[in-house]
Amino acid sequence: MHITIDEDKCCAAGQCVLAAPEVFDQRDDDGIVVLLDADPPESQYAAVRDAAAVCPAAAIAVRE
Amino acid sequence: MSVPGSVVVAGASAAGLSTAEALRRQGFDGRITLIGEEEHPPYDRPPLSKEILSGSWPDERVWLRDDAALAGLELDLRLGVRAETVDTGAKVVRLSDESAVSYDELVIATGVRPRRLPGTADVPGVHTLRTLADATALRAALAGSPRLVIVGAGFLGAEVASVARQAGAEVTLVSDIEAPLSDVLGPELGELLIGVHKEHGVEVVTGTRVEEVLVSGGRAHGVRLAGGRVIEADAVLVSIGSVPNVEWLAGTGIEVGNGVRCDQYCQAGPGVWAAGDVASWHHPGLGERIRIEHRTNAAEQGMAVARNILAGENRAPFAPVPYIWSDQYDLKIQIYGLPRGADTFAVTEGALADRRLVGLYGKDTKVRAAVGINMVRPVRAARALVATPTAWEAATAVKEGVTP
Repeated sequence: MHITIDEDKCCAAGQCVLAAPEVFDQRDDDGIVVLLDADPPESQYAAVRDAAAVCPAAAIAVRE
Repeated sequence: MSVPGSVVVAGASAAGLSTAEALRRQGFDGRITLIGEEEHPPYDRPPLSKEILSGSWPDERVWLRDDAALAGLELDLRLGVRAETVDTGAKVVRLSDESAVSYDELVIATGVRPRRLPGTADVPGVHTLRTLADATALRAALAGSPRLVIVGAGFLGAEVASVARQAGAEVTLVSDIEAPLSDVLGPELGELLIGVHKEHGVEVVTGTRVEEVLVSGGRAHGVRLAGGRVIEADAVLVSIGSVPNVEWLAGTGIEVGNGVRCDQYCQAGPGVWAAGDVASWHHPGLGERIRIEHRTNAAEQGMAVARNILAGENRAPFAPVPYIWSDQYDLKIQIYGLPRGADTFAVTEGALADRRLVGLYGKDTKVRAAVGINMVRPVRAARALVATPTAWEAATAVKEGVTP
């Protein structure tokens, strides 16, 4: 699995952090997504798929 | 219940796409028919009143998925056609191109449309904002520093006011309620936001109805308010709320009222489900029937419906913590839960005067909702107080020295 994010699209909802806190974080000042692990371990796959699906800005792309 | 062979999703926006994707993610390999009235591939609506209206994004940036991702879902994708009616006995949906498609499970995700002022539907110069075409038309109307009257001061009207001012338009925001935005945000924040609009040069007229859109030569040139005042304008945006698209379900036996009436599982009847703006359901956590017209709920509810379709007897109630956001000028407003109906409000971090804060809304001595203005991470931390409704006193007592 490889994750890419589109910072310009990110709306700082933080839904990805709620879904997969080991893979996503947010910047302090504006809340824009910070990708902690672009190639997460298999144990994170389900959470990452949920994060991408629930992102209200469609800013997370997952390639498997 | 056995796994269905086919699912028809009526509505190809965020909720419909989310349903289809979640079905595939969970291994459903039957036919998924996704029906969209617009010709465009599934696209995102929140940017329409923000980046698309301002012109800072090319229009194609709103596509929710690229061609490859969409193709990977192996959908029976029918764009540019509308679901016209459904025969729930025969389990067939009839489409506007006179075709028919059968289903084992039907998901209604037909969304909402803007409420209009009577008699203004096709009047040039009168705008609503729901579709990409609406956004590009309004964007064109904002060129050349026009005078814009916005009728209705909810989030949509307020966001357009923000973009239009920054584009150099002369903006008048008219609301028939005395304290705009306070119905959703409470009086403190409603007043704060209206103050911000005034600072940015928006004329805000409150507690006043628009009696008439003035038309001459076949084109709108302003509005007349109750009391007689006339506001001349080059364009009029009507943003007075939305109407669920449920008329096509008349006579089908599917219960509609304020939206499609679903149970706590988002099910409206045997083999019929609803998701997104059009779905009214019983939220077991809140103990209320609600319908949410917001982007995050569309995705979450689509996912919940997909899960429940495949879960059989193991279906689960849909009890999300609603999340809403709005961008106005340099303010990012984020809300967890539903402030509407709260009986108390307190700022727990930051300050109203700084326009940087976290606030909590309480009802019946418990936290009901949290709001953040330009405090993104702290408000996410406050979400936990809403997810498990925390005692008001405990939640508001710990405000000193909190490090989110």
